[in-house]
Amino acid sequence: MSVEKINEILNQYPEAGRDKLIPVLQDVQGEEGYLSKESVRLIGRHLNLPTSKIYGVATFYNQFRFEPMGKFHIQVCRGTACHVKGSLPVLEALTKELELQPGRTTKDGLFSLEIVACIGACGLAPVIAVNGEFHARLESDQIPEIIESYRKKAV
Amino acid sequence: MENMKVTINNRVLEASHGETVLSVASRAGISIPTLCHMEGLPPTGACRMCVVEEIGSGNLIPSCSLPAYDGMDIKTHSPKALNARRTIVELLLANHPDDCLYCIRNGTCTLQDYSEELGVRQRRYNGERSTYDLDVSSPSLVRDPDKCILCGKCVRVCEEIQGVSAIDFVGRGSATHIGCAFEEGLNVSSCINCGQCIMVCPTGALAEKDETARVISALRDPDITVVAQHAPAISVTIAEDFGIKPGTDIVDRMNGAMRRMGFDYIFPTSFGADLTVIEEANELVQRVTSGGPFPMFTSCSPGWVKFMEQFYPELVDNVSSCKSPQQMLGAVVKRIWTRDKKLDPKKVFHVSIMPCTAKKFECDRPGMRDGTVRDVDVVLTTREFDRMIKMFGIDLEQVEGEPADNPYGERSSAGKIFGASGGVMEAAVRTAFHMITGDELPNLEVKDVRGFEGIKETEVKIGDLVVKAAVVSGLGNARKLIDSILSGEKSYHFIEVMTCPGGCIAGGGQPFTSDPKVIRSRMMALYSIDSAAPVRTAHSNASLMKLYEDHLEKPGSHKAHEMLHTSYAEREVLK
Ligand code: SF4
Ligand code: SF4
Ligand code: SF4
Ligand code: FES
Ligand code: FES
Repeated sequence: MSVEKINEILNQYPEAGRDKLIPVLQDVQGEEGYLSKESVRLIGRHLNLPTSKIYGVATFYNQFRFEPMGKFHIQVCRGTACHVKGSLPVLEALTKELELQPGRTTKDGLFSLEIVACIGACGLAPVIAVNGEFHARLESDQIPEIIESYRKKAV
Repeated sequence: MENMKVTINNRVLEASHGETVLSVASRAGISIPTLCHMEGLPPTGACRMCVVEEIGSGNLIPSCSLPAYDGMDIKTHSPKALNARRTIVELLLANHPDDCLYCIRNGTCTLQDYSEELGVRQRRYNGERSTYDLDVSSPSLVRDPDKCILCGKCVRVCEEIQGVSAIDFVGRGSATHIGCAFEEGLNVSSCINCGQCIMVCPTGALAEKDETARVISALRDPDITVVAQHAPAISVTIAEDFGIKPGTDIVDRMNGAMRRMGFDYIFPTSFGADLTVIEEANELVQRVTSGGPFPMFTSCSPGWVKFMEQFYPELVDNVSSCKSPQQMLGAVVKRIWTRDKKLDPKKVFHVSIMPCTAKKFECDRPGMRDGTVRDVDVVLTTREFDRMIKMFGIDLEQVEGEPADNPYGERSSAGKIFGASGGVMEAAVRTAFHMITGDELPNLEVKDVRGFEGIKETEVKIGDLVVKAAVVSGLGNARKLIDSILSGEKSYHFIEVMTCPGGCIAGGGQPFTSDPKVIRSRMMALYSIDSAAPVRTAHSNASLMKLYEDHLEKPGSHKAHEMLHTSYAEREVLK
């Protein structure tokens, strides 16, 4: 995202201090899809906060990410119904298959992983959504196949 | 207001208003363990290690944040309090590597001490252990988050004392750890390498980068001539690691020990400090005659120099162009002395023993080498050097004292007081006065700039000139002072900045202590060396004058500039 764009957001918070950090982060991520180093730097300068502090606060919340989303963004539901139906093994299979922690993006930029609360498809639990496409009633051993199908799509 | 009476462990003690139970107890010789408490900073109550039992209510209350009140009745080591503390340690150990035998803090670790003190003899809880990568990116320190107990002291020192904020708590819950923004290494963060975080860390989660192995292999190599310099603040602190009374100056015995270890030549860094005084006083006099730029800042503290390059690049021209004493002496040894001695500079290994972790960074700055030959090859902190002495089996109490080597063995005491905050200013004023007036400063002791105050000010009359000077230590204080200058509220000619609070005597490479009395005794030792010294000004150091005569012409000469001065530039970091 361009510096101008970030400054535009920051200008909506004139003379703001630390108390405005969360809304500013939300706005920037809303525009940018993630929080880049550059934008965190600019936010820090605007709010007079060190980047370490901003990063510390931002990592306290699940909602912020620091890498652009992958070409395929995988949301894993960890809501109650999905949990009961076994979303944890699904998540573990994903982190293993992609060698990826939630909140991160693979080095090749193909996949990113996010943990979300109930996505309103409890009847299909456990469920994941890849770029909004639902995969329902998953078993962990289906994961490699699903990932492979997206890898194929990418080429 | 009248003092209050409180009962602690059945003893009736006086307490002043606002005083905490921890402080009252400590004055009475009762020591209560603490993990997050920091002298002089408001309590956070994070660790609860310091809990005491309030008799009557039976409550356990953290004593570091419990104000004394009249008539209170406290037991600091009741069974209940001890149990609570033991449980805290056991819980911390549940997520801690059992690595004491391999740990750099083995023997100096607070967690280890408390575990011992509380009689922890088994692993009662077996938690899931966090594993993080070591951060070895910094030239000065190593971070090992696996050993971190999240007391938060490093974060506070970095932010509240040093005004840097390179590190903070990252993540939450069981994933919480200390890190830099974006999990970057310290080397790309705003860390200025001061090591103050190491000094407050109760565990081995933060430590100096140990480079003793490189020195030992140089000492073993028969083809290499090993030259060492030791900073002014070393001889008055090193004794502490050997059970000798704090504040004892053992410079001669230290030289003796170094010879036994195989160092071929030993020069005190104070000689380099005298040289710095001459060059810096000369620079000040030049600026006075040519009208600035003012204020002129000292440049011998590398943490401060990096801090300025990151946070106040507009001051690049205000900072003295003088290299630090370490680097001046390094350059003189490698570029002049080796030639005089007909030694190949590539076969001379220069070890610098420093109270400072940032010196490890400084010796690698641009301009600190001649072609490919580094002026200083390795910097060891006091602690690393002490470990080496022990490894070599030397009993410091028994070693015969020996003098340093010529031609750079002579120093004035001006070059010795460099080790305390205010010392550089005092030394420079003594010589600047002489440069301008031709006379000696009537009273050599500039008392206004001595002591532990964070910001000190003085005015010195030199002829018709009134030099307005300030001395700061701790970069949080430097920030305050600089901001007041930039806003136009204050103005000075000359400012000494030391990165560490109190100066090098409290540097990030010094023996561990949390006792302010110990630090004070280190400072006192330097000033008593000064008051007893026959030569108290840099310009009366005869060997130094000879160096100018033979090699450097005069202060500020072209030759001196080439070898002894440097430059600074804005530095991009993740700040
Ligand atoms: S930090 Fe302390 S307790 Fe932990 S391994 Fe090192 S010495 Fe042992
Ligand atoms: S060395 Fe100094 S600047 Fe660096 S993290 Fe530690 S306290 Fe902060
Ligand atoms: S690194 Fe050391 S000082 Fe910092 S939080 Fe961990 S244990 Fe405390
Ligand atoms: S809990 Fe997963 S969709 Fe509702
Ligand atoms: S020392 Fe009192 S709560 Fe940590």
